[in-house]
Amino acid sequence: MKKLFFALIFAPLMVCANETEVHLDKAPARDAAGLQNGAKLFVNYCLNCHSASYMRYNRLQDIGLTDQQIKDNLMFTADKVGEPMTIAMRRAEAKQWFGVPPPDLSVVSRSRTSEAGSGADWLYTYLRGFYRDESRPSGWNNVVFSNVAMPHALWQLQGEQVMGADHKLKLAKPGKLTAKEYDSAVADLVAFLQYVGEPVAQTRKQLGVYVLLFLAGFFVLAYALKREFWKDIH
Amino acid sequence: MSTMTDKLQGLLDWVDERFPLTANWKAHLAEYYAPKNFNFWYFFGSLALLVLVNQIITGILLTMHYKPDASLNGSGVPVAFASVEYIMRDVPWGWLIRYMHSTGASAFFIVVYLHMFRGLLYGSHRKPRELIWIFGMLIFLMLMAEAFFGYLLPWGQMSFWGAQVIVNMFSAIPFIGPDLSLWLRGDFVVGDATLNRFFAFHVIAVPLVLVGLVAAHILALHEVGSNNPDGVEIKKHKDANGIPLDGIPFHPYYTVKDIVGVVVFLMVCSVVIFFMPEGGGYFLEYNNFIPANPLQTPQHIAPVWYFTPYYSVLRSITYPLFGLEAKFWGVIGMGAAVVIFFLLPWLDRSPVKSIRYKGPIYKTALTLFVISFAILGYLGVLPPTPGRTLVAQICSLIYFAFFILMPVYSKMDKCKPEPERVTGK
Repeated sequence: MKKLFFALIFAPLMVCANETEVHLDKAPARDAAGLQNGAKLFVNYCLNCHSASYMRYNRLQDIGLTDQQIKDNLMFTADKVGEPMTIAMRRAEAKQWFGVPPPDLSVVSRSRTSEAGSGADWLYTYLRGFYRDESRPSGWNNVVFSNVAMPHALWQLQGEQVMGADHKLKLAKPGKLTAKEYDSAVADLVAFLQYVGEPVAQTRKQLGVYVLLFLAGFFVLAYALKREFWKDIH
Repeated sequence: MSTMTDKLQGLLDWVDERFPLTANWKAHLAEYYAPKNFNFWYFFGSLALLVLVNQIITGILLTMHYKPDASLNGSGVPVAFASVEYIMRDVPWGWLIRYMHSTGASAFFIVVYLHMFRGLLYGSHRKPRELIWIFGMLIFLMLMAEAFFGYLLPWGQMSFWGAQVIVNMFSAIPFIGPDLSLWLRGDFVVGDATLNRFFAFHVIAVPLVLVGLVAAHILALHEVGSNNPDGVEIKKHKDANGIPLDGIPFHPYYTVKDIVGVVVFLMVCSVVIFFMPEGGGYFLEYNNFIPANPLQTPQHIAPVWYFTPYYSVLRSITYPLFGLEAKFWGVIGMGAAVVIFFLLPWLDRSPVKSIRYKGPIYKTALTLFVISFAILGYLGVLPPTPGRTLVAQICSLIYFAFFILMPVYSKMDKCKPEPERVTGK
C-alpha cells in the first residue's frame, strides 16, 4: 500500500523533472582579509560603472576596516564615510555606450541564485568565463551570460581567453596574474559582493542560534506547564 | 495586600458595569468548553491568529519606512525597491522585521492550508458549522488578495510581472474584461498608480475585512462549539451544571497547550528567518532581487508557491470552448477551484463527520485530492511542457472530481458507527 502511495506521488514528478542547466563552479569561502581585498578590487574595477547604492562606505567596518582605512583606501568619489557607494556616470550616457545601463550591484549575489547554484557560484563562474569574440561590439563574450554587454573589466589581470573548438576556454594571452592568482582574486571579489548582498547575514545567523536556544528553553518550561495543568484530564 | 486586591476588584466591577469584560472573558476563554480530545491538527487555528498578529505588527513597522513609489532614484533604482533595501540595511532591526513579515506570509498559507485540511479530516464544515466554514473560506479568499497585493510592493521583477499576469487574466472576461483590468491597474501598464492602490489595499482595506472576518469566524465557532477528531457533539452529554462532560475550559487548558504549539512553530519560523530567509527561493523569489523592469519580461514567471496549485489549474485548461478562448476558461477553472470549497458543507452526505469513522472511499478520495493538490503546486513553479500539462490536467480532474462526486461517494461509503462520547486520544 505504502509503495503504491509513493509510486503514485513520484511517477508524475518524473515527467516533470527539470532540464539540466549550465554548470557553475563553486565559489570558495573567504575570511576578512579576503573580503577586504575583494572590497579593494570592487572599488578599483567595478565601482566606476556599477554602483552599490544601498551600501554605505562606513558599513565596511563589518569586514574589519576602520573609518580611516575606508577613507584612505576605498573612497575615490565620495566625500563622507556615511555616503552610499554611488557612481558619477550618467545612466543615459551609459545606455548609449553599452546598450544597457550597468546595473546596481548591491544585491546581485542574491538575484543570481538559481537551482544551478548560489549567486556567488554564478558570479565566480561568470567573472572567470569571459573570452574574446570579435562578433560582439565589445569584443568579449561570456560562457554563463551569452552576448553580455559588459566587456571583460578584469582582462588585464586574467589575460585573454579564447573559446576552443572543443567548447573549452584556453588562455591565449596571459595577464598580470597567474590562473591560480586570478581565481583567488575573483573569489575575494565574489565574497565581497556576497557580503554586500546582505551585510547582516553573519549577525543574522549568530543571533539565530541564540534565538533557537532561548526557544528550546522556553519549550521545556511550556511543556512542563502543559503537563502540570493537564494531569487531571483523562 | 488585600486592600490592593479589593481596589482591583473594584476597578473590575466598575468596568463590568459599563462593558462586558468579565462576561466576554468567561464566554470566550475561561468558560468556553472545548472538547478534551484535540490532537495535533488543532494547533493551526491559534497559530493562524498568531501569524495574523505578527503580520499586522511587522506590517505597521514596515510601513514607517517603505515608500510606494515606482519612480527611479538617482542611481536608477525604483524608490520602492530601494526603500526595501533601506529597511534591510539602515533601519535598526529592519532586516528582522522584513524577514518576519515575508516568512509570515508563507507561514500564514502553510498554517491555513493545514487548518483547512483538518476540516476535511474531521468534518469541521458539517452541520451546524457551515457558517464557520464559509467565514473561513472568505478569510482564505481575502488572504489570497492580501498576499497578491503585498507581493507587488517590493517592486522586483516577479512582483511586477506576477501582477501583470494576474491583472491581465481579468481581461479574458468577455465584454468588460479589458476595461476591468485597466480599472484595476489604474494605468495601461502596471505602474506607479497600480503600486499606490495595491499599497492602500494591502495595508488597510483588506486587513480591515480580514480582521472582521476572523472575529466572525471565532464568534460563530464559540456559538456552536468546536468539533473534534471524533466528529461527535460534546454538547449532547452535559452534567448537572450544563457543562459538556467531554469539555474542558479553553483557558487554562488549551491556552497552556497552545503555548507549546506556538513555541514549536516559532522554532520552525526562526530556522527560516535566521538561516534561510529566502526559503530556497520559494518564500522570497531570487528574481525579485532585480528591480521591476517593464521593458524586460523574465523568461519564466512563477507565482509564489501558495498560489501555484491554482495557477496550474489555470494553465491546464488549454482549449477554447463555446467560442470563448482557453484563457477565459482557465480563469474560470482557477476561480472554481477556490470557490468550490464553499459548497463543501452541502456536498458531504456522509452519515459521520470524522475520517476515523468514514469508509475507504473517502479516505482514498482525500488522499488522491491531497496528492493532486501537491503535484499541481509543484507544477505551478515550473515552466510548462506538454508532459507537465498532461499531468496538470489529470490532477485538475481529480481535484474537481473530489468535490463534484462527493455527494455520490460520501453516501455510498461504508462508514463505521460513531461513538457516543469522545474517545481517549
